[in-house]
Amino acid sequence: MRKPYFLLKTPPTTPEPAEKLAPWAETTVVGKPLPRVDAYERVSGSAVYALDLFLPDMLYAAILRCPHAHAIVKKVDTAAATKMPGVRAVLTDSDTEARIPWYFTEKGPTSRLFDPHCRYEGEEIAAVAAETPHQAADALRAIVVEYEELPFVVDLDSALKPGAPLIHEGGNQVEGTLVYERGDIAKGFADAEAIVERTFRTSCEIHTPMEVHGSVAKWDGNRLTVWDTTQGVFQVQQSLADALRLPLSNVRVIGQYMGGGFGSKLEISKHTVIAAILARKTARPVKLFISREESFLCVGNRPANTMSLKAGVRKDGTLTAMHLINRGAVGAYPGWAGVGSQVADLYTCAHVRVEETCGHINAGQERAFRAPGFPQCSWALEQVMDELAAAIGLDPVEFRLTSIPVVSQRQGGKPYTSTGLRQCLVEGARAFGWDAARGGHRRNGPWLRGAGVAACQWGWPGGPPSTVIVRYFADGSVSLNMGASDIGTGTKTIMAMVVAEELGVALDRIQIEHADTGTTQYATPSGGSKTVPSDSPAVRAAAVAVKRKLLAMGAEQLEAAEDEVVLKAGEILVAGSPDKKVRLAELEGLMNQQVVIGVGHREQNPLDKVTKPFGAQFAEVEVNERTGEVRILRLLGAHDSGRVMNRLTYQNQVFGGMTMGIGFGMTERRVLDRQTGKMVNSNWHDYKIPTAMDVPADLTCVPIDVPDNEFNSTGTKGLGEPATIPTAAAIANAVYAATGIRVTDAPINPTQLASLLADQRKRG
Amino acid sequence: MSTHGDDEKGGVSRRGFLGGVAGFIGVTAVGSTAEATPVPKAEIYEASGLSKLTLQVNGRTHSLLVEPRWTLLYVLRDRLGLTGTKPGCERGECGACTVLFDGVTRYSCMTLALEAEGHEITTIEGIMAGEALGPVQQSFADEDAFQCGYCTPGQIVAVEGLLRQNASPSIDEVREGVSGNLCRCGAYGHIFKAAMRAAAMKQVS
Ligand code: FES
Ligand code: FES
Repeated sequence: MRKPYFLLKTPPTTPEPAEKLAPWAETTVVGKPLPRVDAYERVSGSAVYALDLFLPDMLYAAILRCPHAHAIVKKVDTAAATKMPGVRAVLTDSDTEARIPWYFTEKGPTSRLFDPHCRYEGEEIAAVAAETPHQAADALRAIVVEYEELPFVVDLDSALKPGAPLIHEGGNQVEGTLVYERGDIAKGFADAEAIVERTFRTSCEIHTPMEVHGSVAKWDGNRLTVWDTTQGVFQVQQSLADALRLPLSNVRVIGQYMGGGFGSKLEISKHTVIAAILARKTARPVKLFISREESFLCVGNRPANTMSLKAGVRKDGTLTAMHLINRGAVGAYPGWAGVGSQVADLYTCAHVRVEETCGHINAGQERAFRAPGFPQCSWALEQVMDELAAAIGLDPVEFRLTSIPVVSQRQGGKPYTSTGLRQCLVEGARAFGWDAARGGHRRNGPWLRGAGVAACQWGWPGGPPSTVIVRYFADGSVSLNMGASDIGTGTKTIMAMVVAEELGVALDRIQIEHADTGTTQYATPSGGSKTVPSDSPAVRAAAVAVKRKLLAMGAEQLEAAEDEVVLKAGEILVAGSPDKKVRLAELEGLMNQQVVIGVGHREQNPLDKVTKPFGAQFAEVEVNERTGEVRILRLLGAHDSGRVMNRLTYQNQVFGGMTMGIGFGMTERRVLDRQTGKMVNSNWHDYKIPTAMDVPADLTCVPIDVPDNEFNSTGTKGLGEPATIPTAAAIANAVYAATGIRVTDAPINPTQLASLLADQRKRG
Repeated sequence: MSTHGDDEKGGVSRRGFLGGVAGFIGVTAVGSTAEATPVPKAEIYEASGLSKLTLQVNGRTHSLLVEPRWTLLYVLRDRLGLTGTKPGCERGECGACTVLFDGVTRYSCMTLALEAEGHEITTIEGIMAGEALGPVQQSFADEDAFQCGYCTPGQIVAVEGLLRQNASPSIDEVREGVSGNLCRCGAYGHIFKAAMRAAAMKQVS
């Protein structure tokens, strides 16, 4: 399986564009609060998601999963299942075509599609294809599996102890400890006038997008088409081609509408390959969607972390040293649970040391989850910053302002292309009414009120490769062809706005072809908040290429020089000669060839600079001192993500990120039972994501709209992930302001807070 | 095939089954102020057989054969091709499958298809006026009240159901009205605005 974008070591490239486009001076479309170009499809119900696809003669498939945390499969008896009504195929590890390696490290695969060594509850044992989903489910129940249960371990502390049950030969620790170091922390702490040291814990969070994961697979001879719930069709195409040993040309993956992923759909999952094999075996199309319960077990999670953070400060606000020791559980297969980047880079600090240890437990593999590692780090770092501010008697906003970085200390001191952190804090605080909100304790019966702040930085800026094609038709309407998925962030809308900006065409005259490996151009998966900064410059380059060709045609027809003509409101004009003009619809060159095609590539990122989005969020809460209940009264997000492309979708991202942050901070927690090793809350009743009742109606978005023109030709940085990074920490700081209680373990649920409040009362 | 026989024949007692399910729905239904559906006269269905069902959906009548265990959600999507209604959990937790059942919001995944006989079902497709968007849909588009759009049909039907009960809800009534509809993208903030806008639009028209 190919590596996801964030594991690549060398920066990818596409051909450098012929000309470096100057930044937009002013815009007429870009930046406006426009409804989405695909709003009709999404609100009418006519959008076809993969699950909505019904192909003639299609079968339904389902997967039998291991019910034990750790076991060896001794025998799988499918005799009865095979004979059941409607059953067309059963697939197990004894089918040689299913012996496909899976879960890779640098050294090679660690498992296979139906590996008899099951290392977590939910591993794949067998699969069935049948005429109806009910018949497939019946057949799964008729498969008899003999297991040898093995000792298991589901918490990292136990897993790293000598004598713990081994999940892989060679021990449960992943690739040693990662150390990042600069300066000398001993010296830094010696210089400090105040030191704070605390251990924080975050819980394992599950993505649970509303649309469960699944695929529809269909063969035509040796050509495979898969409709998939993916964030990146090209990623799935490559992985399928590898797994099934097919050329890329024989694998077409389509994923035009998808119902949320948050990272869990960045890479291929086993069910996609299983659907393809079952379709080949039965010579019929196969639809395989996992169930909601399965989605809690086997398609990724944000790992739980334990972070000990020590930080020193001088009275003037100078951070003298930071030392983070992090441990995280990656699950049963290769992964990473590091968090340290913001400790090393968000604030100016000369002496930093980060030690990160990851280990295996008998649970599902971690997967990138909206800003992998960052909300966890924020939970620790931003609470410590709050405490340091109190220790030296500075306001938390003011304290952060003393340590705004202008260079990336982690990346060799290279300057940032833009750093909006100061504006985020200052303008956010002003819009929030920070000073008033901080003014003294306020009590209303048992309800205590407080406000908190947290800042953030996000690590991946985006970049090449990205290739886009824009076609200009004879009637002035346009087709935009790009490989990127629109995972709900508004990608299609923003890209169409870029085309509209350059070519002056109305949005409803732009057709968008996207997320189809058979018909669109290569793009990396939509994730890492990098789709707009990666692909919008390529879209702009393609639109400009079209414009250049149209202008050349106009110049020829008007017998003018190419640098004399301009495109304006559907006409090509010659500067200085008001009557020399031609409407695009009357352009002979266009009429003759009927279409003008422009190809755009994403330019290289500047090599001598670093680009990161920044943000700051503010929260005001009320805590019931008797019950531990927390009411979030309001949230404000101020983000520097470069140019604001669409004010409406931008705000939606900020609100959505904060909403997800409420879940991370307040309610979400995977519970693994230590007696059985099984997840006890693999459903939305017991695993609580935010509902409409948990989100305040008072949400504010303060865009710091400063184009980052050094970074790319649209001036954009990413927004989706930063919007969720600091929320939980801002809430925790608000809870502290209200109660004086530092909640170190996420989530802050009423049970925990009530007992902390009781302890506080006891202490008096 | 369906049997309309006595208890001796075995199978699922519709009365017993429905009583249980209806009670549960009464607790979980979204923004529903209505009583649980009245329990119809006892009929016995053979669990493994197919039963005749006449379904009223969006003003049209469909006759089909269904297994007693098939949910309304499954029949709407997989048998009638009305894929606007989405499954999110198929166990009454998320509201993606929300439809109107005699004008009242209801989880179609928690409703057996056979229960729907004699009731008027309205899905997201039925909220359209031909090809034109209904006022709630238009408000969702204008306020950008969705991201991935997967929960959206359910949210829109929930708001439609709410507004049929309460033409000018307060923001808190809106929050409660959609509280049975999860949105993992977290578009709630804009959903609240869209619901208020839809209420205003409906009053004008
Ligand atoms: S699918 Fe019906 S409530 Fe989730
Ligand atoms: S819009 Fe994606 S779940 Fe609501």
